[in-house]
Amino acid sequence: MNRRVVPPSRPNCYPVIDTLPPRKFAGHGARVQLDGSAARALETGRTRLLAAGLVFALAFTVIGGRLIDLTLLSQNSEPKIAGGPTAPQRETGRADIVDRNGVLLATTLPTASLWANPHKVLDPYDAAVQLNTALPELSHAEILAKLTSEKGFVWLKRGLTPRQQYAINRLGVPGLQFRQEPRRYYPHASLTAHSVGFTDVDDNGLAGIEQSFDSKLRGAVKPLALSIDLRIQHVLSQALTDTMAEFKAIGAAGIVMDVRTGEIVAMTSLPDFDPNRPGDAPADARFNRASLGVYEMGSVFKIFTTAMALDGGIVTLDDRYDTSKPIRIGRFTISDFKPKNGPLSVPEILMYSSNIGTARIAMDVGALMQREFLERLGLMLPSTVELSEVGHPMMPSPWREINMLTISYGHGMAVSPIRLVSAVSAIVNGGILRPATLLRQPANTEIPGTRVISEQTSHQMRQLMRLVVTHGTGKKANADGYMVGGKTGTADKLIGGKYARDARVASFVGAFPMTEPRYAIFVMVDEPKGNASTYNYATGGWVAAPAVRRVVEQIGPLLGVAPIRTNPEDEESELLYVRASAKAEKVAAN
Amino acid sequence: MIRFARTDTSLLGRWWWTVDRWTLAAVVCLMGFGALLILTASPVAADRIGGLGSFQLAQRQIVFLFLGLAMLIGVSLLDPRTLRRVTVVGLAVSLVLLALTLFMGAEIKGATRWLNVVGVSVQPSELAKPMFAVTLAWLLSTRNSDGSFPTHRPETWIAIALWLALGGLLLRQPDLGQAFLVSAIFGVELFLAGLSLQLVGLFGLVGGLGLIGAYFALPHVSARINGFLDPTAAGSYQVERSIEAFMNGGLLGRGPGEGTVKALLPDSHSDFIFAVAGEEFGLLVCLMITGLYAFIVLRSFSRLIQEENLFVLLAGTGLLTQFGLQALINMASSLHLMPTKGMTLPFISYGGSSMLAMAVGMGMVLALTRRRIGAGGPV
Repeated sequence: MNRRVVPPSRPNCYPVIDTLPPRKFAGHGARVQLDGSAARALETGRTRLLAAGLVFALAFTVIGGRLIDLTLLSQNSEPKIAGGPTAPQRETGRADIVDRNGVLLATTLPTASLWANPHKVLDPYDAAVQLNTALPELSHAEILAKLTSEKGFVWLKRGLTPRQQYAINRLGVPGLQFRQEPRRYYPHASLTAHSVGFTDVDDNGLAGIEQSFDSKLRGAVKPLALSIDLRIQHVLSQALTDTMAEFKAIGAAGIVMDVRTGEIVAMTSLPDFDPNRPGDAPADARFNRASLGVYEMGSVFKIFTTAMALDGGIVTLDDRYDTSKPIRIGRFTISDFKPKNGPLSVPEILMYSSNIGTARIAMDVGALMQREFLERLGLMLPSTVELSEVGHPMMPSPWREINMLTISYGHGMAVSPIRLVSAVSAIVNGGILRPATLLRQPANTEIPGTRVISEQTSHQMRQLMRLVVTHGTGKKANADGYMVGGKTGTADKLIGGKYARDARVASFVGAFPMTEPRYAIFVMVDEPKGNASTYNYATGGWVAAPAVRRVVEQIGPLLGVAPIRTNPEDEESELLYVRASAKAEKVAAN
Repeated sequence: MIRFARTDTSLLGRWWWTVDRWTLAAVVCLMGFGALLILTASPVAADRIGGLGSFQLAQRQIVFLFLGLAMLIGVSLLDPRTLRRVTVVGLAVSLVLLALTLFMGAEIKGATRWLNVVGVSVQPSELAKPMFAVTLAWLLSTRNSDGSFPTHRPETWIAIALWLALGGLLLRQPDLGQAFLVSAIFGVELFLAGLSLQLVGLFGLVGGLGLIGAYFALPHVSARINGFLDPTAAGSYQVERSIEAFMNGGLLGRGPGEGTVKALLPDSHSDFIFAVAGEEFGLLVCLMITGLYAFIVLRSFSRLIQEENLFVLLAGTGLLTQFGLQALINMASSLHLMPTKGMTLPFISYGGSSMLAMAVGMGMVLALTRRRIGAGGPV
């Protein structure tokens, strides 16, 4: 027996309390062996318990050390991550609208609206006097009339500011109550008014994206991302505002479009309005000139006439047309603004914007093909952009010969700027027409489109449009390094069925950089008046082209278009082919 | 003060002179800290839950504290053999209750751990742990005829089966923390029972692989671990607030009731109560609490080392492993020493089931560490 015997002298050890009986099956011999091995097992247990105890002791020491570290040694240490409180996602019942970079364009704020129960207002006269101090924009008589009405509910003012609500609360007038109402707010006010649109006081979308996406915005939480880039929008808007002021114009419109995707990066219509208070704006300001307005575009249409003739193989760049004599057809006379002597080559006709030359090209093309081509470019239908404010094009019916001739240089047919820009994008981007869109398209995805002209024609058109800017009517659009190409246009406005002499639309449509176009740009000024600095000219070349240059110079860096620092000589050689024919003509003309 | 004469041979008299009064005092101290902390931490929680009086949770918990104290003393009166019998029955009952939670349990925070028994919600997993520790010790204290580890005896197989059943039921809830604790008890008892070191190494490896497997298989586990490793991860909010609390507290704390972080911590009255202690009472009290846990575990270990009976040694170690690990994991989570794992701080965190089960467990430890003369040999 090798049991340990505890000395009975230890006071806190009570004599045998709990003796456990030995195993019944164990015989005497086995018992001894068992005892010996049991002691061994016990010894193993004790040793290992010591190990476990050490582990525990170590762990508790670590805890103590960490406590000291955190409470005493980590004081004033830098937080591991910088962070502020984040606002919880608000449930406002209408999703935000943001620009392509996530800048907030429209949001919904919870506001308080003031109403009254006239039966509970003790002294309507006094209440009206007091309310008038907090809401001076409401007249005393107006408030009094509402507070003395027989109804049990009258709105006094909706969409209060927190300061107004506080002031009214402080008055402590009985019978007045607040109701929490969401209110749509547009932080950039008029800047994107025409594309974003606005809602009424009950949050129904009434115009723009707010109207066309009304049901999708309702109840959604994820913001709707537009293709608009607020920075570009600002530059365009600023340039148009300046131009409007400079030429005392009655309006202006502008569009910047990504020619590869059809995304509208900026769209401006002036005069504009504050969508936070749409009711205060005149109808003219709410009118979207860029998408709803349709205009006779004038000479910018010559792009299409030239393109259809080249693409159809009707003319080559070498062909020449006699522009010395005006064309007379019936009671109409087609003449040139700045007549050139002798025959002009196809590039020269576009460069100098010859109406006679373009009309002669159209004669060779024919009315049927012209109509079919313009239809293919989408100019016969309203734009499919996501707005309800889209203008229906106006065109002659029937399409007579005289119509064919005037349409060739942009008269007798009116289209919306947005359609025009889509069509020009297709002309320069390699020949693919894509629908215009105000929604941001996923990056690096091919947007499907339809081919309207061949690659080669597109290439030639790019050269010709560049030539207009380097040597022709569009020189003032030449933003250094951005290789702008385009076409100017000046169209007399049709007022009361007659072409007005002094009311015209001056425009420029183009794209940049012409080596590999990324963006199409359109600027239109409504009824500009010439001034001393333009020698009283108010044409597209004098009015719209400089605005385009200013815009491109500013947005080029923002859009990540690298300026091309070419030697002018190099560019000359690029355009050698077209220029040579032009030069040859000059020699011939002399 | 009740005084017992040394010659008093009544039940309580014998108990008083043979029980480990130092450990008992330490547990009572912990309960005192628990009462103090629950008074300051639970009103915020009551407000958060809503519809409760400010001190309603604290009152409930203090009732449980006294019930727990009674339970602690009551269980410590048992002798090892009765204890063993009680735990075998207790384990069977808790296994049944655990199985029932899978079908009838109330889902709280994504896991079904609670069972409604005549209007009182209980957490059977809390009760299962001490029962399992003691039953396991009984099974593992049987020996082969040569006294070596009973590798091929049916008792060992039953022990493994019990572990798999209990661990499996806990994983189904899912409650990875409790499953880990049960496995730790199993491992420590196997280790002490003399499992060969090769097998110990193998089991350690399997356990490690199991944790890695849990990381990949259970999304909430991977979220916790990612949150631990990456301070910007979404799941690290509680731990950040907890660390902030300790930093705010400093040496002496901000004073009782002056803490601010408890309002931001959803589990400030249960899993993160140690952070409340850190903020309001400071380093010294936290060290005291840590010291009490260490004292209870190590002092009881030292008494068990003198033990003559393998069953008592294993059972006591198993129970203390559960107690100590639970305290360590809770404190380490609060101190951002490991990924957060929902585990209560014994005798301090809010929770009736946890309090009573802890009292039962520590009562068993006290019962096992009582001085018994000539109590060696096989049970």
